[in-house]
Amino acid sequence: MKILVCISNVPDTTTKVKFVDSDTKLDTTGIQWVINPWDELSLTRALELKDDPSAGVKSVTVAHVGLPASEPTIRKALAIGADDAFRVNAAPADSYFVAAQLAAVIRKEQYDVILCGIESSDYNGSMTGGMVAEFLGIPSVSAVSDIKIENGSPLLTREIDGGREIVTVPMPFVAIVQKGIAKEPRIASMRGIMTSRTKPVRLYEPEAEEPLTGIKVYEKPSPRAACKFIDPENAGQLITLLQNEAKII
Amino acid sequence: MSVLVYTQNWDGRFKKSSFELVSYGSKVAEMLNTSLVCLSVGAVSDEELKKLGNWGGKRIIRVDNDYCKVLDNQVYTDIIAQIALKEDARVVIMSDNSEGKAVAPRLSVRLKAGMASGVSKLPLSVNPFTLYKRTYSGNAFAHMVVNTDIKIITLSQNSFDLVETPNNAVIETSNITVDGSLVRTVVKESQKQTGKLLLTDAEIVVSGGRGMKSADNWGPLVELAGALGAATACSRPVSDEGWRSHEEHTGQTGKVIAPNLYIAVGISGATQHLAGVSSSKYIVAVNTDKDAPIFEVAQYGIVGDALKVLPKLVEAVKELKK
Ligand SMILES: Cc1cc2nc3c(=O)[nH]c(=O)nc-3n(C[C@H](O)[C@H](O)[C@H](O)COP(=O)(O)OP(=O)(O)OC[C@H]3O[C@@H](n4cnc5c(N)ncnc54)[C@H](O)[C@@H]3O)c2cc1C
Ligand SMILES: Nc1ncnc2c1ncn2[C@@H]1O[C@H](COP(=O)(O)O)[C@@H](O)[C@H]1O
Repeated sequence: MKILVCISNVPDTTTKVKFVDSDTKLDTTGIQWVINPWDELSLTRALELKDDPSAGVKSVTVAHVGLPASEPTIRKALAIGADDAFRVNAAPADSYFVAAQLAAVIRKEQYDVILCGIESSDYNGSMTGGMVAEFLGIPSVSAVSDIKIENGSPLLTREIDGGREIVTVPMPFVAIVQKGIAKEPRIASMRGIMTSRTKPVRLYEPEAEEPLTGIKVYEKPSPRAACKFIDPENAGQLITLLQNEAKII
Repeated sequence: MSVLVYTQNWDGRFKKSSFELVSYGSKVAEMLNTSLVCLSVGAVSDEELKKLGNWGGKRIIRVDNDYCKVLDNQVYTDIIAQIALKEDARVVIMSDNSEGKAVAPRLSVRLKAGMASGVSKLPLSVNPFTLYKRTYSGNAFAHMVVNTDIKIITLSQNSFDLVETPNNAVIETSNITVDGSLVRTVVKESQKQTGKLLLTDAEIVVSGGRGMKSADNWGPLVELAGALGAATACSRPVSDEGWRSHEEHTGQTGKVIAPNLYIAVGISGATQHLAGVSSSKYIVAVNTDKDAPIFEVAQYGIVGDALKVLPKLVEAVKELKK
C-alpha cells in the first residue's frame, strides 16, 4: 500500500499577517514557513501506520504544488520520515488549480491512500482534498479523526455534526483529516535530517489549467471597540451591560 | 436561471443554519434578478419543508431515495449537480459545516464552478462576482472573484441574519435517477449525541482556559452556560489535559465558531485560539492579567479571578431570568 500526504506550505501560525502592493499580496518579509499543521499531523499518522507491520504500508510520499522557494518545507517532511516526494513546479493559483495538478501526478504514480488536511491555515479553502477526489473519480471521506488499516482495508472515523461514524471505503480514496488524526506532530531526528538530503524529490512541470477564482484584495478584520472594564467586585454589572447595552442576552 | 440552496436536514429536521442559508440565498437571488430553489435530500416531511417558506423559500425540491441514507460524498455531489444543471443554477449555496465541506469541493470540480468557502457576507458585487471570504485563519478577509458561469459558496454559520419573508412554499418531488454504483461509503458504527446544544450552532458560548486551574473547577462555568442557554467550549491545553472533551476545543486546530457572544474565562488569547473565535460578534474576557492579549479583542472585560467572578455572573443571570 502506498500513502500520499499532500502538504501545503504556510506562514507560521503566530505570524501577524500584513499585506503589500495595495493589499493584494502577503508581505512575506520575516515570515517563517512551516508545514500546514494538519498536514504535519497526517504525515505523522501515515508514518505511524508504516511503522505498524500489520497495516502493510510500503511507502509514504509527500506531494506539494509550489515554487522552488517551498523546497525547505518538503525537505522538512522528508526529515520527519517520508520516503520520497514530488513537487509540481507552479505557484498555487487556487484550490482548483492545485487539485488538478495533484490529480494529474497521482494518475501517473498511483497511490492507495491520499491524505489532505481539512484546511490550509492561510488560504482556509477546505477544498483541495475533495477536489482531488472528484478529479480522480474516487471516494473521499471528510473530517477524518482516525485512520486504521485492518486486514488491508481502511477504517475511518469521521466527525459529523453531533457525533461520529466509523466508515470504510474501497481504495484508492482521499481522507481529509482533522483534529485527532495524530496526537503530537512527529519531529525530525538528527538522522532524519541527514538522510533527507539524499531522498528523491521528483519534479513535475504543471499541466495547462486555469484557476477558477482569484483574490482581488485582502482586508484586515474591522477593529473592535476598545474593551470596557467592569469592576470584579461588581461583576454582575456585566450581565446588565450585555442585556441593555449590547442587547445580546 | 436560479440560485440553488442545499438545505441539510438532521434526522428529518432543519436547524437555524438551514433557514439562514435560505435567507441568504433569497437575497442573492434578488441581487441576480432570479429566483431561489431549495433542495432537500432525504426523508423530510412536507410540514418541515414548508418551514423553509418562512425565510423566502418558494420552490422546494425534494430528493429521497435509498442511496442518500448515508452521506456518501460522491452520491450527494451527483444529486446536487443534477439538480443544479436542471434548474440552470448560477449559484449553489451550502453551509460551511462538515457536510458542506465534504460535498461542495467535489461539486466545484464536477460543475467546473469556482468556489468560495467560509463566506460571511452577501456578494460584494455580482459583476464581477465577488465574495467576502475568511483567510489567514481569521486574520484577514479576501475579496474573492469567481470567474465561472456557476459559482459555489459555502456560508459560515451564524454570519447572516435570518430575514423573515413568508411564502407559501411549493414542494416538488424530483425523479432524478441516482447512479447506485457510486455508493461506496459503508458505515460500520455510528455514535450520535442527541439533544445537546452543538457548539457550532450555539449563539452564546462560555469557554474556559488554563486559568480555570483544574478539571474540578468547571462547575460554575457550566452553570453560567446553562443559565444563558449557551454551549461550553475550551482552549486547546484544556482538552489536551483531558479537563474537558475534545469536542469543546476551539481554535485553529479545533472548531471555528462565530457565536453572537463568546465569553472567554482564563484564556490568554493566543493567535491560534483567536483563529477559532475572532468572528464572534461580541467577546467578553475574564482574566487575572490585565495585559492578556484576549482583552485586545474583547468589548467587555473583567480583570479578576475566574473562580470568584463566575459565581457572581451566575447569580446575575439568574436574577435577570426571574
Ligand atoms: C500549531 C498550533 C495550533 C494551535 N491551535 C490551538 C487551538 O486550536 N486552540 C487553542 O486554544 N490553542 C491552540 N494552540 C495553543 C496556543 O498557542 C496557546 O498555547 C493556548 O491557546 C493557550 O491556552 P490558554 O489560554 O487556556 O492557556 P494560557 O496561555 O496558559 O493562559 C491562561 C490564562 O489564564 C489567566 N489566568 C490564570 N489564573 C487565572 C484565574 N484564576 N482567573 C482568571 N484567569 C486566570 C492567565 O492570566 C492567562 O492569560 C495552538 C498552538 C500551535 C503551535
Ligand atoms: N499547494 C499545495 N500542495 C499540496 N497540497 C496542498 C496544497 N495546498 C493545499 N494542499 C492540501 O489541501 C489541504 C487543504 O487545503 P485548502 O483547500 O487550501 O484549505 C491542505 O491541508 C493540504 O493537504
